[in-house]
Amino acid sequence: MATPSADDRRPSVRGIRAKRDVRRRVAGATQPAARVGALPADPRAVIVARGLTKRYGDFTAVDHLDLDIRSGEVFGLLGPNGAGKTTTVLMLLGLSEPTSGTARVVGLDPARQPLEVKSRVGYLPDNVGFYGNLTGRDNMRYTARLNGLPRDVAERRIDQLLADVRLSEAADRHVETYSRGMRQRLGIADALVKEPSILILDEPTIAIDPSGVDEILGLLRRLVDERKLTILLSSHILGQVQSICDRVGFFSAGRLIAQGRLDELAGLAGGGQLTFEVGAEGDPADVERVLGEVSGVKRVERETADPRKWLVVARTDVAAALTGALASAGHPVFHLRRRGEDLLEIYRNLVPEEVDGRRIA
Amino acid sequence: MAAGSPDRLAAVRRGWDRLFPPRAADDDRKTRHAPGWRVIAAKELTDHVTSIRFLVLLVILALAAAVPLYFASGQIRAAAQQVSGGQAVFLALFTLGSDQFTFLRADTFVALLAPLLGIAFGFDAINVERSEGTLPRLVSQPIHRDDVINGKFLAGLGVIALTLAAMVTLVTGFGMLRLGIVPDISEIFRIVLWLALTVLYVGLWLAFGMLLSVLLRRAASAALIGFGTWLAIVIFGSLLITLAANLIAPLPATVTTLADQQQDLAARQTQQLITRLSPHTLYVEATSALLTPVDPVTAQGGAANYPARSIDELIQAADQRRIPSLLSVDQSLLLIWPHVVALVAMTVLCFAAAYVAFMRQEVRA
Repeated sequence: MATPSADDRRPSVRGIRAKRDVRRRVAGATQPAARVGALPADPRAVIVARGLTKRYGDFTAVDHLDLDIRSGEVFGLLGPNGAGKTTTVLMLLGLSEPTSGTARVVGLDPARQPLEVKSRVGYLPDNVGFYGNLTGRDNMRYTARLNGLPRDVAERRIDQLLADVRLSEAADRHVETYSRGMRQRLGIADALVKEPSILILDEPTIAIDPSGVDEILGLLRRLVDERKLTILLSSHILGQVQSICDRVGFFSAGRLIAQGRLDELAGLAGGGQLTFEVGAEGDPADVERVLGEVSGVKRVERETADPRKWLVVARTDVAAALTGALASAGHPVFHLRRRGEDLLEIYRNLVPEEVDGRRIA
Repeated sequence: MAAGSPDRLAAVRRGWDRLFPPRAADDDRKTRHAPGWRVIAAKELTDHVTSIRFLVLLVILALAAAVPLYFASGQIRAAAQQVSGGQAVFLALFTLGSDQFTFLRADTFVALLAPLLGIAFGFDAINVERSEGTLPRLVSQPIHRDDVINGKFLAGLGVIALTLAAMVTLVTGFGMLRLGIVPDISEIFRIVLWLALTVLYVGLWLAFGMLLSVLLRRAASAALIGFGTWLAIVIFGSLLITLAANLIAPLPATVTTLADQQQDLAARQTQQLITRLSPHTLYVEATSALLTPVDPVTAQGGAANYPARSIDELIQAADQRRIPSLLSVDQSLLLIWPHVVALVAMTVLCFAAAYVAFMRQEVRA
């Protein structure tokens, strides 16, 4: 199976002293990892991966991953199940040793200094579990003790965090009585007990009802604004997380096939073109003429499914010009939508057909 | 002189600091807290002690000690009056039972049932953390991964020691209060040593249970295999091993010539070796050496009949002598030393296997 992971190596007595020195040096260095591996790293990056690879026998779970995540941003790692998202996250936390390549988290190497990394990074695992026979508060107390927090500090933080995730009422009930959404919120609170500078969330919205999803996403947004957290979240439900991600990376078959802001990716997916769906009342021939005369429009096509709709392909964002032209020509517009804004569409355009995260052929 | 003393004090302090450099404040905050295994062990111990499982096992073990005691008390009263000088009468609390059912003895019952403790606190140590999804959360805290398995093993050992100590205290307390017999110092030594031996033996089963909990993803299958192994070794073990021993090293049918005797001796030695592969045999032999401290050599009338097949046999032979002389505690220890080493080796082997398997497993299920 796999090699023993990095945190298995206990430091010798001499190792501890060396480690302490490293910690001092790290504490002094405010700017993390200026340069790792071949590519120069973004100076604002707090998570950097270069050529990160994980193989299990013949199977390559993560294939030469290059990643830069900047301080204070919400980065969405998107892709189908089995694409290598969780493996990536585990390597960043030092819970799994990379086959090759390097990673830096807040300037530390997770494979060599897993304890330091883990004390700075909060992690909400996929399908987070709690000890059902303990209360929510006791579960968090255990985490606080494992992080070596003094009791008074821990109690204050736990109270505050439970209030933040609206679990103050349920805090002293056994976790086995909690709903799925409550567990997830408790998981977020639990990951924040150590006051991390980075929060890594694996599938935070999976198996939660829509209102619960909104609540969790709102909570995350608030955390970024209030605590200046950097958040890395992975998801396979694109639509759910697109509202809070500053940047996203698309994962497919262990490779990061695209990363950037959503609008950048939309442009990338369309090959430098924008497509608009336009629906307007009136004489179809005249509507088609008006649309074709708008400057910047390359092509106008009839929508096959609906006779009152057209597809307009343009080089630039012509939405305002289109509505203006149609309105002045006396054709009321009842539908206007830019295609490819949706993460799902971008994803479909970028990723070939696949099964279980692996490409067919 | 008065003006010079602060300077001298400062010099002393400097020297002191050079010898024992003070740690930086931030280091203190990071390193002084309890290590991960201790936090985990404390939590696990609390879980164990408050669990229903603990209560059930405590009751079973208390019954195992109390039932033979009930039968033994009459015999002990009688024995105490016979024995001059009160030789090891107190130990009879553990080794005497009903005169009708010879197996109704506290030490036999403990040997039968104590392994249950080990399996019960070990079989779901790791796999339940996995199935409940708490393992990734646990190991993503700033602790080493082996803290998890070390902490859990120590907590298990702690709760086992607690249970067994409670059981032994119960029996000795009963002996002192109800029967009015008081242990002398060597008997106390022997009981404490026997307790330690039992904790070690149950620790072996705990390590075995934890190995199962690492290897088998489902707690139910781990429990099934664990209890199955217990049944096979403790209940049918002696049967199976005698069978195997007779197959591998059969005794000669007739012992007439010297060659026959030599062959017989060799076969008996091989058979003894085979029976001692079972930890149960080792434990039972060591127990009888500790709790039935009759001197086998003097009782046998010299070394003529050496080697006997087992300590049990020696002791049985010794029992037939009218005035058995007592072994001292250190002589008993000398006798069981190989047994203790073998039990420690088995425990270490089991735990090491569990440790290595756990370290090599992925965090993700």
